[in-house]
Amino acid sequence: MTRRYWEDVKEGQALPEVRVEKLTRTDFVKYAGASGDFNPIHHDQTFAEASGNPTVFAMGMLNASVLSRVVTGFAGRPNVRTYKVRFATRAWPGDDVICSGTVTRKFEQDGEKRVEGELRAVNQKGDTLITGSFVAALPSRG
Amino acid sequence: MPVDYKSYIGKSGAPVTMHVERGKIREFAQAIKEDDPLYFDEEYARAEAGGIMPPVTFLQTIQHWDHDGSGRPHLPFDLKRVLHGEQEYEFLAPIHAGDVLTAVSRIVDVYDKPGKRGGSMTFAVAETEYRNQRGDLVARARHITIETGQVVKD
Repeated sequence: MTRRYWEDVKEGQALPEVRVEKLTRTDFVKYAGASGDFNPIHHDQTFAEASGNPTVFAMGMLNASVLSRVVTGFAGRPNVRTYKVRFATRAWPGDDVICSGTVTRKFEQDGEKRVEGELRAVNQKGDTLITGSFVAALPSRG
Repeated sequence: MPVDYKSYIGKSGAPVTMHVERGKIREFAQAIKEDDPLYFDEEYARAEAGGIMPPVTFLQTIQHWDHDGSGRPHLPFDLKRVLHGEQEYEFLAPIHAGDVLTAVSRIVDVYDKPGKRGGSMTFAVAETEYRNQRGDLVARARHITIETGQVVKD
């Protein structure tokens, strides 16, 4: 876990990128088993086609989980206070999920030094998969 | 939207008991391609965070504990036309492997909006509160599900 101090963070600062390349159907099945999301539209080709889709597509929460790693990689999991996502478009087998974030505000709340930031996940074509935001507490030099 | 959809506002689900298990955390972390030892290595996690913690989105695994769906009140949406619109988590106290959480979900709003790519859309907003074995409120989740007017096209 990275130790990052509130005093060293600047508004406008970019967060380290997280990238998953070439999603596979196996990734969807692993996430189905891990999360309990067995909506067949994400793993059953026959059901996906009957629903008017060319094939299965990633659960939004799989992409959102990858995007959350931008926050935990930056602030550490214990420091995450809020995490919010809005789903824009879907990710298909073969797509990349490229996740980035920016610190937008530093503030103090509930006796903690906190940062707020914006998040975005895009595919390899630059289409937005998810927009999001977070609040995290950071340790202070005191 | 069908007239009876609005009548779901205020409906609560049965409380769901969810054990936060180390093996399930490991499986979840692997599924999201996360290799932080906080999720795998007990000794490291104890020193860094008081124990192994679940990933940010792990509370979604409540689906495994709600066998008959009675814990998550939901509208009778057509699965072929359902989209996950938004998801939000608020963490109020630490959660660790070994904790036993009790989750209560409630539908807090249902409304219609014209859709850009699928006719009229119905939005259902659900909130879940998670308490640990000591009764502390540890997290809140907010979940927006959308039923589109026709099959979804990007």
